[in-house]
Amino acid sequence: MSKSDHAKKYWKENLRYVTILLSIWFSVSFLAGVVLKDLLDQYSIGGFPLGFWFAQQGSIYVFVVLIFVYVRLMNKLDKKYNYDKD
Amino acid sequence: MTVQIWTYIIVALTFALYIGIAIWSRAGSTKEFYVAGGGVSPLANGMATAADWMSAASFISMAGLISFMGYDGSVYLMGWTGGYVLLALLLAPYLRKFGKFTVPDFIGERYYSKTARLVAVFCALLVSFTYVAGQMRGVGVVFSRFLEVDITSGVIIGMIIVLFYAVLGGMKGITYTQVAQYCVLIFAFMVPAIFISFQMTGNPIPQIGMGGKGADGMYLLEKLNGLSTELGFAEYTKGSRSKIDIFAMTAALMVGTAGLPHVIVRFFTVKKVRDARKSAGLALLLIAILYTAAPAVAVFARLNLIHTVSGQSYAQMPAWFSNWETTGLLGFNDKNGDGLIQYSADAMINELTVDRDIMVLANPEIANLPAWVIALVAAGGLAAALSTAAGLLLVISSSVSHDLVKSVFKPDITDKQELVVARLSAVGAVVVAGYFGINPPGFVAAVVALAFGLAAASFFPAIILGIFYKKMNKEGAIAGMIVGIGLMLFYMLKFKFGIFDGGKTAVTSLAKDWWFGISPEGFGFIAMIVNFVVSLTINAFTADPPEEVQEIVETIRIPSGAGEATH
Repeated sequence: MSKSDHAKKYWKENLRYVTILLSIWFSVSFLAGVVLKDLLDQYSIGGFPLGFWFAQQGSIYVFVVLIFVYVRLMNKLDKKYNYDKD
Repeated sequence: MTVQIWTYIIVALTFALYIGIAIWSRAGSTKEFYVAGGGVSPLANGMATAADWMSAASFISMAGLISFMGYDGSVYLMGWTGGYVLLALLLAPYLRKFGKFTVPDFIGERYYSKTARLVAVFCALLVSFTYVAGQMRGVGVVFSRFLEVDITSGVIIGMIIVLFYAVLGGMKGITYTQVAQYCVLIFAFMVPAIFISFQMTGNPIPQIGMGGKGADGMYLLEKLNGLSTELGFAEYTKGSRSKIDIFAMTAALMVGTAGLPHVIVRFFTVKKVRDARKSAGLALLLIAILYTAAPAVAVFARLNLIHTVSGQSYAQMPAWFSNWETTGLLGFNDKNGDGLIQYSADAMINELTVDRDIMVLANPEIANLPAWVIALVAAGGLAAALSTAAGLLLVISSSVSHDLVKSVFKPDITDKQELVVARLSAVGAVVVAGYFGINPPGFVAAVVALAFGLAAASFFPAIILGIFYKKMNKEGAIAGMIVGIGLMLFYMLKFKFGIFDGGKTAVTSLAKDWWFGISPEGFGFIAMIVNFVVSLTINAFTADPPEEVQEIVETIRIPSGAGEATH
């Protein structure tokens, strides 16, 4: 495999990860916290209406987790493609 | 000991700490001055980024704003944290690999054009100056309330402190003082939050207490919804803005966060691409501690305020009430002359005016917490304002010394001379910022929120396309940035300042003409989309970028061999 094919494959896998993670990012904030908020508010966790909870708490927790998942995935990917040396 | 003595002690201790760090970490080269030598550890950078990011607005204003906006306040919570996901996944690793000193550096080289660089410098200065003036104002407010000096002296003291470590230490000094400032501010925010949460719900974790039950067995949020309706406000968990506006505001704040030069530049200071990703995650984790506690503080503060004040006798108000009355941030006007405080959404009946900014600062007093906790909040507010001001000043000074003097006017300048210019521009920037802090041009507070719109409309598309679209050329990027920021400025001037329709007084009546029903604060999202469309359209009709530029794009996509930041 040529050097540039190698780089292209790496980039493609990276883009796939980013797309998946950003769909989750969009779902917990814009969908659960805004667009579908009223629908979700029919349910509640503890004293929180669910949609309100996503908007003021849940989305932020998921954001933090998303970045750390990305860090892990990319560290593995770098190793797989031998891009982890400096 | 009184609150004031405690405040003097705690503030003096933290200031001594910052100055000590500044002396220890003086910058000896431009590389140390701009990017702290490029060897900052991910954890230190994460802490510094968090302090840099959390300004007087996050620490002092945000919980208060949410307190009065209820669900609508979610735009700040999601917007100012969600932007880090974009930053970590789409920007930070690639900009670190690119390895330059400033954002205009990236724009200028990626789009092989001095014009592009100049447009970027203009945008960076516009964004940073509007933002920094608000920070100096925050410093002034804290000084005037807690140390009883007037706002002008407060701002001048703040200026001297920032000047000291920003000019001496540059990015290196700023980074390590920000690490200390993060510790101070998060401690100062969380201690009263934990106290109050325990007091009101029996649960010391505010994030959980917020959804818990009060002493009367009723859920706090349910009680607050009830009280709000009773007083004529919208239900707390419902809010009153339109969905499309909430959507646009959240998006504009997220994208704006990812496009702010003083945040982006922090990722130039770590050693490797891997470290840039990791420190974005750590930064968000550290920010999230405050951002998930803030909505809880908002609920506690609002309930406490209504309880203590609404329908009660003015003569029996506790001491904090008159303390804040003297600052002019809290006011009572006994319209019906019954000596009771009527609090209502109806302006005709309402007798209480509360500045949103005092909710966090007054909260410990309202909840009767010990004096040292109140003093701690003052030190936290100062840490938040000073750390952000310093980060912004660095962007301003490097834009002048590196992007204008070194790259455009005098390329043959030596490293030593450039360092002198950088220090001088930092001094100049502090003086200008201080001037605006003392004489806030009525619109500063409004413009701070709009700085995000400006960043979203200008930098974000140019950087994203520069990384993810190899064939993006300079004509498209420059046109996109100019149209984007121009449109944002126009919308802001028209709907925020009413300059085309008879000035500030006309602004409220213009709200019905908002395009798509989107407020000026959310319009950055539309301006950003327009920027993308213009960039891609112009790009389609003009020549591809040169081969070597396309090769640069390919190398920044590969994480290995990041090397060190260079000119």
